[in-house]
Amino acid sequence: MSMLVPFGPQHPVLPEPLQLRLELNDEKVVSAVPVVGYVHRGLEKLAEQKDFIQDTFLIERVCGICSFMHSMAYSMGIEELMGIQVPDRARYLRVVWAELHRMHSHLLALGLLADAFGFENLFYTIWKIREEIMDAMECTTGARVMLGSCCIGGVRKDISAEQAKFVLEKLNNFEKMFKRSSEVLMGDYSVKERLVGVGVIDGKKAYELGAVGPSLRGSGIAKDHRMTGYAAYGELGFEPVVEKDGDCYARTMVRVRELYQSMTLVREALAKLPEGELKTPFKGNPSGEAAVRVEQPRGEVLYYLRGNGTDKLDRLRIRTPTFANIAPLLTMLVGCNLPDVAVIILSIDPCISCTER
Amino acid sequence: MSKAISKSPWVVHFNCNSCNGCDIEFLACLTPTYDVERFGVLHVGNPKHADVLVVTGSVNLRNRHVLKNVYDQMPDPKVVVAMGICPATGGIFADCYNVVGGVGSVIPVDVHVPGCPPRPEAMIDGIIEAVGILEKKRAGLAVDPPLLPVKTVKGPAPAPAPQEASEKN
Repeated sequence: MSMLVPFGPQHPVLPEPLQLRLELNDEKVVSAVPVVGYVHRGLEKLAEQKDFIQDTFLIERVCGICSFMHSMAYSMGIEELMGIQVPDRARYLRVVWAELHRMHSHLLALGLLADAFGFENLFYTIWKIREEIMDAMECTTGARVMLGSCCIGGVRKDISAEQAKFVLEKLNNFEKMFKRSSEVLMGDYSVKERLVGVGVIDGKKAYELGAVGPSLRGSGIAKDHRMTGYAAYGELGFEPVVEKDGDCYARTMVRVRELYQSMTLVREALAKLPEGELKTPFKGNPSGEAAVRVEQPRGEVLYYLRGNGTDKLDRLRIRTPTFANIAPLLTMLVGCNLPDVAVIILSIDPCISCTER
Repeated sequence: MSKAISKSPWVVHFNCNSCNGCDIEFLACLTPTYDVERFGVLHVGNPKHADVLVVTGSVNLRNRHVLKNVYDQMPDPKVVVAMGICPATGGIFADCYNVVGGVGSVIPVDVHVPGCPPRPEAMIDGIIEAVGILEKKRAGLAVDPPLLPVKTVKGPAPAPAPQEASEKN
């Protein structure tokens, strides 16, 4: 005999309102149906009403966690429509801020995951480490969350030699502090007990259902949009991080290893930072169509833009990574126990405000 | 009992229609660097346990019932803290078709913390102010209406100030 249990929208482990209607057979989940729309604002429509330069700051507020990458993807789209060449220094600075954002997002996700399986000490420790990254962002842009440093044609702020030194210092602190936490995440008995073999999805199935980001790379498929070398990734020796087990533990390990990789990328980008302009001036309005993809902490985001030669866009469409990860999530949930539901949901690191916009 | 509430207010957080920016900053307040627990603030998941409701984001057509529900379940006396500019006026999303307006259109708000997102220090200030209001409410004293950080964008327009005109005449 099965019964229907609503999970959310206001649930202690979920930082955001998402409802899952779980069909349970005793403690086993038989099926799950997502119910969304609690944080839908109608941002895509609003973007058509504002002009395309104002949109850069509106788009940043699609999601507060990967805000810089949203504005970067949007700017790349407009640059493609208008044929703007971004200066080298701006491309490198974009990588620095994007990777800092990835680091803070992954730390946030790992902390929340630790909280979901009841390891409160680890949650607090990881969030304490995250403050090092927040300090680095605040020092370089003046803001902790909404950086506002990306604009069409380049970036609005520069990183001076002094600031770069501060960022590197913070990264050293991060490395030292995270080493201990990553040992706990990788080897601790209680962490493994909750994560290994939970929410398994094989690579083929994940690919078919359109999983992106750590959810896909955790299942053994090396797909990362940074491999295509947008911004300055092509010049920085990037290799995707892959784990093959496809369970919650593998997805967590992808995030842990990506944190170290992002740290290396920031260091490399700051070391190679070329001199030059920050921004290419431009004139006119966008026209035509463009589709841009950027690898966010949760996976690949797709921006579709259509301009009509006026200062307002005809259409802006955003396919966010969590939207792509919801179908694989429903597959992962089938057959798990009710207490594991929270852990599985947080293992894909859902971002509902992106998904519903 | 009164001392227990003002020395250790329990906080429930509701993400109304937020972009996450304020939520992660509010969560950062709870963690060791900012540590609101030194003021006795405890983050709980159940509205029936809570004295303070922290709301982030504006209200949309779907979640206003949920917000009202969460608010109604909280025992009296209770205080509402609106974090960020969205719960005050709708913020950057005020013109979106699905956004009804600020949180004030559904439930009474006691403290507004402006910013997009506010800094954790400002959020802590907001919670501390809420504790003062909670004490006042408990003692049955009158509470001042909150200062709105900016002019309302949606909803009833603020009444024009007639004093200035009369002074000129």
